[in-house]
Amino acid sequence: MTANALTQRVRVKTMMPPGHIRTPAYVRGKVGEIERTLGPFGNPEQLVYGIDAERLPLLRVRFTMAEVWGDAAERPSDTLDAEIYAHWLEEVD
Amino acid sequence: MRMTKTGDVDSFRLPPYGHEMTEFTGKRWHDMGGDDAGPMNGHAPTDDHDNALWEKRVDALLVLCSGKGLFTVDGLRRGIEDLGPEAFETMTYYERWIASVNQNLVEGEIYTLAELGERMDSVAKRGDTYGIATHDG
Repeated sequence: MTANALTQRVRVKTMMPPGHIRTPAYVRGKVGEIERTLGPFGNPEQLVYGIDAERLPLLRVRFTMAEVWGDAAERPSDTLDAEIYAHWLEEVD
Repeated sequence: MRMTKTGDVDSFRLPPYGHEMTEFTGKRWHDMGGDDAGPMNGHAPTDDHDNALWEKRVDALLVLCSGKGLFTVDGLRRGIEDLGPEAFETMTYYERWIASVNQNLVEGEIYTLAELGERMDSVAKRGDTYGIATHDG
């Protein structure tokens, strides 16, 4: 997904490949809103292995605690921001 | 694990060489956000502490290596993750760093393991007190 194509609401992909990943497992599959766009930065999934890194937008995505933790959220309307590379995000209709 | 008689060839077919797949997940051990952590044990340190000279040298080595473009701090992190969770119980902070620095330099073809081994031997021959600075800092 490119920076221009990003809608306001995005879902973090649920894929779970082995290796160095910066996307926290606990937000995978969760829906949030883009708070701002950062970068572009070299893809750390390539940098860590010494490979020439593709430069990607980094999105700061805001999730509600209710979305991330479900019924276990102590303050459901509190929010959590996570910075996630564009290739981990998909549009939500 | 199947119980077998001594000498039975099956006794060598222990997991992971058996037929059953293990429960695999790509989630790595360090990605522990949201996991149950259990109760807090022990107490947090309250005193400031200084790093030993060798630890400062390891830190400087990373700065020099990344400045030369030999590898990045991203590679350092990956190397530490690759050590596995037990390394956090058995190795100190900068011991994990130097293990990862070495891994990255070998992978980056900066030196070979044979060259490293020869160099470690020659440095060891200098004696235990070589390299101990009289002034730390």
